[in-house]
Amino acid sequence: MTINLKVWKQKNAKTSGSLETYKVDHVSPDMSFLEMFDVLNEKLVQENKEPIAFDHDCREGICGMCSMYINGQPHGPLEGVTTCQLHMRTFNDGDTIVVEPWRSKAFPVIKDLVVDRSAFDRIIASGGYVSVNTGNAQDANSLPIGKDKADMAFAAAACIGCGACVAACKNASAMLFVSAKVSQLALLPQGQPERESRALNMVAQMDAEGFGACTNTGACAAECPKEISLENIARLNREFLGASISSTGV
Amino acid sequence: MSWLTKTLTSSIGKKLLMALTGLFLCTFLIVHLIGNLQLFKNDGGYAFNNYAVFMTTFPLIKIVSYVNYALILFHAFWGLYITYKNRQARPVGYAVVKNSSNVFSRNMAVLGTILLVYLAVHMSDFWYKYHNEALPYVKYTEQISSGNIETTMMETGYTQEAKKVESLNEAAGTKTIIVKDLYSVVSFSFQNILLVLFYVLSMFAVAFHMFHGFQSAFQTLGWSHPKYTPLIKGIGVWVFAVLIPIGYAAMPLYFYFLK
Repeated sequence: MTINLKVWKQKNAKTSGSLETYKVDHVSPDMSFLEMFDVLNEKLVQENKEPIAFDHDCREGICGMCSMYINGQPHGPLEGVTTCQLHMRTFNDGDTIVVEPWRSKAFPVIKDLVVDRSAFDRIIASGGYVSVNTGNAQDANSLPIGKDKADMAFAAAACIGCGACVAACKNASAMLFVSAKVSQLALLPQGQPERESRALNMVAQMDAEGFGACTNTGACAAECPKEISLENIARLNREFLGASISSTGV
Repeated sequence: MSWLTKTLTSSIGKKLLMALTGLFLCTFLIVHLIGNLQLFKNDGGYAFNNYAVFMTTFPLIKIVSYVNYALILFHAFWGLYITYKNRQARPVGYAVVKNSSNVFSRNMAVLGTILLVYLAVHMSDFWYKYHNEALPYVKYTEQISSGNIETTMMETGYTQEAKKVESLNEAAGTKTIIVKDLYSVVSFSFQNILLVLFYVLSMFAVAFHMFHGFQSAFQTLGWSHPKYTPLIKGIGVWVFAVLIPIGYAAMPLYFYFLK
C-alpha cells in the first residue's frame, strides 16, 4: 500500500505549526498505524530529516499513551480501538490521511503530535484515589460488593486516560474522563470515605485546567476507545451536586 | 467565595442553571400552547380575548410571566456565555473533523439565538401591541338564557380605560363584554406569508432545540437511569420536538389558509 499523510508538525509549544505532507510506500496492511509511522520515521532519519514526534508505549491498547487525531476522529475510524490497535487494512491504497494532535487549551502541544496531558495527572492527584493507611490488607471477601455495582465500577475503571474524550468533544471537556474516575470509586465501598471531597476536588481541578463544560453531545462516549458510557457523566453530576449540597465544608 | 457561588460557577453548576431554567421554559411551552389553542375556537375570538385579559391582569399570572421573561433572557445569555467559554477551551481547531454527535446537540447556541430573535419578533408582534398600542375593540353580547354570543366590532377610535368592561342588562337578559381584540390582530398578522413562514421555520428551531435540550437537562441533573431515561428521551422527542412545535406552527397556518 501507498499512504499519503498530512501530519501536524510543530517545533515546540511556543511556535505555531502546520500540516506537512509525506508519502509512505510499501505499507503492509497488517502494520499498525504506529508501525506505519515507525517506517516513515526510519526513512526520515536515513534522509537526515527530522522524524515525527508521537506518543506511544504499550502498543497493546491498555496504556493510553497513543493520541493521534486521525481523519477527524481520535484514534481513527474504528470503534473501541486505540491508535496502536488500528491497522492499515482499515485504509485503502492511495488514501490521504490527516493526522493531528489532540486539540485543547489544557493539552498544549509539546512537539508535533505529542501533547502534554499532565492536566489529567493533576486531576487524579486532586482526588482520584483512596487513602489507605498502613497495616495488613483485610480479606477481600469481607467487603461485600454486588455484581452489578462491581461490573459498573469495572466498566468505568477501563478508562485508560488517553484524552480521546477531550479531543472529540467540541468543548474540549474532560467530563467523561473525570466521571469515569469518580464513578469507579463512588460505586465501591473503598471509595465511600472520600466520596464527597473527591467529586468536589476533581471537578474544581478539571475547571482550573481550562477544560470546557459538558453539553451532553455524546461525542466523547462515541469516540472513547474503552467505550466509557455517558451514564458516568450523569453520575458525576449527581456526585458533584449532591456533595455540594451535603458536604459540611462551607 | 461561598459554597453556593462556587457550585453554581463550576462547569457543572453553570450547566445546572441551564438545565433548571430550560425545564421551566419547557413547562411554559406546554402552558402557552394549551392557552393559545383557544385561537382555534370558531367564536370570533371570544374565548381567546377573554383569556388574554385574564393572562395580563391576574396578579399571580403576571408575576409568573415576568419571572418567565427573566428566565428566558437568563437562559439565552447564560447559554451564550457558556458557549463562549467552551470555545476558549480549544484555541487551535482541527483541520478535519468527523462528527460522531448529532448536529442539533452541537448547535444549541445557534438554535437558541434563532429563538431569541423569534421571541423578539413575537413579543413585538403581539405582547407589545397589546400593551402599548391602540388596538381595535370588540363587543360580545351573550344571551344568558341560550348562551348565544353575538360579535360586534367597535368603531375605530373607540377606547376604554380597562382591558375588559363587563355589563349586565337584566331586562334584555344579556351580558355585554367589550375587550381589546387581540384575536383579530393575530388573524390579521398571519395573513402575511412572510411572517407565517418565519413563525413556522422558527418552530423547527424549537423542535431541534428541544430534541437535544429536554433529555440533556435531565442528564445534567444527574437523572440517568436505565428504566426512566428511555421515557425521558421519548417525551423529549415526541412531545417537545414533535407535538408541541406542530401545535404552535398550526396557528399561523390556520389563520393563513383557513381564516
